[in-house]
Amino acid sequence: MQLTDAEKAMLEGGAGPARQKAMQLLVRYAEALGAERFVDTTNVAGVPGSTTPFLSNYYKAEGSSYEVIFSRFDLDSDEVVEVPRMSVHACHLQGGVDPENWRTLGASPLAAELSRSSEIAAAEHGIRILKTCTPYLAGNVPARGEHCAWMESSAVVYCNSVLGARTNTEGRESTSAAMLTGKIPDWGFHREEYRRGSHLIRIDVPVETVMDWGMLGYFVGDAVGERIPVLSGALASPELIHHKHFGAAAASSGGVEMYHLVGMTPEAATLEQAFGGRTPPERLIYGTSERQRTYEILNARGTNTHVDYVMLGCPHAALEQVRQACELLAGRRISANCNLWIFTSRAVRGVADREGYTRIIREAGGHLLTDTCSAIGQAIPPGTKVVALDSAKQAHYLPAIMGIEAWFGSTQDCIDAALTGIWRGRPP
Amino acid sequence: MSATSIVLRGRSVVGGVAEGEALVTRQTISGWGGVNALQGTIIETRHELRGVSFAGKILVFPGAKGSSGWSVVFHTARLAGVAPLALIFNEMTTKVALGAVVMRVPSVTDFDRDPLSVIETGDWVRVDGDRGVVEVRKA
Repeated sequence: MQLTDAEKAMLEGGAGPARQKAMQLLVRYAEALGAERFVDTTNVAGVPGSTTPFLSNYYKAEGSSYEVIFSRFDLDSDEVVEVPRMSVHACHLQGGVDPENWRTLGASPLAAELSRSSEIAAAEHGIRILKTCTPYLAGNVPARGEHCAWMESSAVVYCNSVLGARTNTEGRESTSAAMLTGKIPDWGFHREEYRRGSHLIRIDVPVETVMDWGMLGYFVGDAVGERIPVLSGALASPELIHHKHFGAAAASSGGVEMYHLVGMTPEAATLEQAFGGRTPPERLIYGTSERQRTYEILNARGTNTHVDYVMLGCPHAALEQVRQACELLAGRRISANCNLWIFTSRAVRGVADREGYTRIIREAGGHLLTDTCSAIGQAIPPGTKVVALDSAKQAHYLPAIMGIEAWFGSTQDCIDAALTGIWRGRPP
Repeated sequence: MSATSIVLRGRSVVGGVAEGEALVTRQTISGWGGVNALQGTIIETRHELRGVSFAGKILVFPGAKGSSGWSVVFHTARLAGVAPLALIFNEMTTKVALGAVVMRVPSVTDFDRDPLSVIETGDWVRVDGDRGVVEVRKA
């Protein structure tokens, strides 16, 4: 690897032991990738120093402090080092516990306390406590071309595709090391030539709602895997929430980290630009049969129409989605046999409180919760057997993680299920 | 290994040497949400290895997919003592690179022949992560 003098100095310990450990890890990682150098990054989003009961117990002999967890796990260091304040703009993504409503989530007092104490320590280390999978809805919106180091696959694909900033799908260890050093391997999506399309997908059916975009994303991820799809055809320009659900789904069924919508996203003014002047190597079609098949796959884990849990907010609900749910709920009451949990960021929750949305959801019998979701927090209402979801990403993960049945449909289908306790969703 | 073993040459990802029984899948592996890190098993709903343990095996797979929690899941599997012995894969991504690094197991990619067409589950495999060489003895 080619290292700058400043990078060599960090590697040799000139910037202290924590930055030395961080550089050692980043060099191992860069060599694994085959990267030749680092880029400077100014915007890092990770889960630095977060403590779970497993990690806390594992490092118990050394006291399980923030520095112990950060050194041993985040930096993969064989010794515990003093951890200084982070060097660059750093934020904490989603966590496992809502700090106010952890009892509703069924979290243990221990998990709530671990989350609270690691949050205080993270803030003391200069890390912004956004606690969301949608940092771009909570005050962290990178500029076009900005080199970032982000975790959270749904945020990564949004960062690259919608904002035109540059990040790979980083992990906890690489983001924690980047927060201390401001360095990340110059590989993949940091490089211009890597960002060009691999598959041309022609859209032959209307794609308009969050449900439509989620299904399309799920199909695309399955079809292209780790590659870069370029979508053309009869597409109306999507809103932010459509991008959010499309990207999250494509990053779950496959590993999509960037996509282009011709004429809409920043690096695809034209088909030629999206493919970097090359002829599209692979061509696919998304029509009625592909859509039907995707709907069936997403509903493959649903047999019992008696729904006892409805979860919205994956990725974390935008204010607009909280408002939509409120419109469907206002003045009504959810079924006594069903729970409704809507997840969002603390930033959006603050506005929802002021708008009266939180109260409307509560009066209908639901909960507006923050920081986590059912999959991340492994938290569902006691006795849940069947969940209804409007997120293809959550439908991908939650049944496998919690061993429950799941229905996928529109936001309206889900709210209807919450009000009646019965799933009546239909394919589009 | 015997003179009849098959040799694959690739690029070193993580150094070290390990040998053991191969566990092969033609499907990419999702870490967070696709693996139980404390048991070392695949849990993804539609995965051909659903319910199968990779603990102590030489894991042969196309690559990583899904959540950015990939490295944390396999890092945790290492701490829980249920990590694979080595990784052999085709498609390089940041997920699998970081996961291999923090799992600290010999790992090789970029082969001269597709390991998925040569290695089958149950074959005995020796992974030399320092030299990027994999030897396969058919079961």
